[in-house]
Amino acid sequence: MELVLAIMTGVLYAAGIYLILRRSLVKLIIGLVLLGNGINLLIFLMGGLVKGNPPIIEVDGKVLSGVFSDPVPQALILTAIVISFGLQSFAIILIKRAYQVVNTDDLDEMNTTDRIE
Amino acid sequence: MNSSIVLYPILWQAIISIVLMFFWQRTYLQRIVSIIGSAIGLALALVLFTMVWNNGILVVQAGNWAAPFGITMVADLFAASLVLLTHIVAFAVSIYSKETIISSRVRFGYFPIYHLLIMGLSGAFLTGDIFNLYVWFEVIIISSFVLLTLGGKHAQIEGAVKYFTLNMLASIIFLTAIALLYGVTGTLNMAELSRIVPQIENQGLIQIIAIIFFTGFGIKAGVFPLYFWLPASYHAPPAAVSAVFGGLLTKVGVYALIRIFTLIFTPDTFNSTLIMWTAALTLLSGGLGALVQKDITKVFSYLIICHIGFMIAGLSLNMEIALIGAIFYMFHDIIVKANLFLVGGLLYRINGTTKIDQMGGLLNTYPKLAVLIAIPLFSLVGIPPLSGFWPKLSLFQASFASENYLLLGFMIFASFITLVIIARLWNNVVSKPVDNAPVVSTKFRYFQTFSRYEKSAMITPIVFLSAVSLYIGFGAEHIHTIVSKIGYELMHTEGYYDAVFNTLNSQR
Repeated sequence: MELVLAIMTGVLYAAGIYLILRRSLVKLIIGLVLLGNGINLLIFLMGGLVKGNPPIIEVDGKVLSGVFSDPVPQALILTAIVISFGLQSFAIILIKRAYQVVNTDDLDEMNTTDRIE
Repeated sequence: MNSSIVLYPILWQAIISIVLMFFWQRTYLQRIVSIIGSAIGLALALVLFTMVWNNGILVVQAGNWAAPFGITMVADLFAASLVLLTHIVAFAVSIYSKETIISSRVRFGYFPIYHLLIMGLSGAFLTGDIFNLYVWFEVIIISSFVLLTLGGKHAQIEGAVKYFTLNMLASIIFLTAIALLYGVTGTLNMAELSRIVPQIENQGLIQIIAIIFFTGFGIKAGVFPLYFWLPASYHAPPAAVSAVFGGLLTKVGVYALIRIFTLIFTPDTFNSTLIMWTAALTLLSGGLGALVQKDITKVFSYLIICHIGFMIAGLSLNMEIALIGAIFYMFHDIIVKANLFLVGGLLYRINGTTKIDQMGGLLNTYPKLAVLIAIPLFSLVGIPPLSGFWPKLSLFQASFASENYLLLGFMIFASFITLVIIARLWNNVVSKPVDNAPVVSTKFRYFQTFSRYEKSAMITPIVFLSAVSLYIGFGAEHIHTIVSKIGYELMHTEGYYDAVFNTLNSQR
């Protein structure tokens, strides 16, 4: 299972970075979305995978026993998902405005702010 | 001892922001509430600073969960003084925004978002948990996206696309580093990390994680190969917004770099060489970039990059006196850079343009203003009694002590380039008469047509920040005492660790 997740993370990172390097605005945003999902999988993977042993203390116990799954990465992923959701919705509105104002979706033509007049 | 004061500057900004949202359409009221709110925020930051100065490091554990289980907020002297400087700039910019931000921007929520940005900055300085630092970074960038795009002009939207992409990429890289570090150490608490990281057997992996952190924070700080978003976007928004961005946003990246490379990671030879070369090339490329620019705000944007190099140089030398220099430089730079962008906005109002060669004649039209803007301009160069001189002294001393003459050369070169740029700027803007006046639309309101009240609202913040600059310059021995204590705290991390892990005992 670790191997599958590791490969998935790698594929998502690679695809995300590839799409960021394209010239289209829409592909740029999709690339950032893929990277955001890749990082969530990575956090999940780094917490260590444990099957069928939630971190719940038994009724008569005081401490957790045996190998249990780590709840912290899941909390982190939840936070990261919410944040990236907000940023991505902002990004989609931004590229819509950018397309209307600049009148192109080619990133190479968005260079007026870098020119020296 | 009540240490919950640590949270007050953060909570207070959130409260102002919420209050402002109730007056969404009443723009005049929003402006007044923002100024009063920032003044009270400044007072709270000052109280926090004096408490930390008198009592040492203050710690709050969220929900009273003992470290490392809960989120920890730590106010050591470094964080507290940066919160104080943030609030000084925030107060000045609040006053400046009163007349320069037009009502249509205010009706789209300029002031609430502005205070959320200040909240994010304070939170990022005060947190002691590395994932919480990520969350505060996100608060900062989402607020800055809105402030940058508010108004929807061509340059703003175009700059925002670049700013957005690279800052989001930086967050993703930062989060990747957090994930890897958590996988290796199993904790997110920065104080606990400082103990666990040196004990990890696989130090090679730790150094790789350190590089990933350096890349993520480096994009935010605007270091050499990663700064291209900065000059593309900082000139686009109104001067008040640029002032907060230029003064504070990149400094959060530098703060995070100094924090993790003193507390958590100790760079190995390869990494310190990497950081040193990054610093040298940042100094060089920022300086040369500023040399060719003709737009005053773009010149200031490149100068930000150039002077980030000094702070990274101080970090790369990895000794106490160099850190002292870097932090002193950071204090001076926050105030001066914010002030310069405000001056840039003022010059735009006077001349009707941001092009340097179309400006001129300030010495004849407003001689007193010319004297006033000389203070931030010459502080930036570091003419001896002014504030830029003292940190450079420490940095040069450190590079002599470590026999790093290469870095010394780059620092001297960058200082000279800054001098050339500022001298040329002074000559164009102040001394020479206007020869090709710009064509502006009839709707443009020149500074000359402002009422006395409006003029004073624009000039007061510049006077205030210049006074702070002069204090840093002439009261350098006070600042040096503070900075030396910070340098000591950063190099001796046991104090930080003890403060975080003993709070519950001392409260009982």
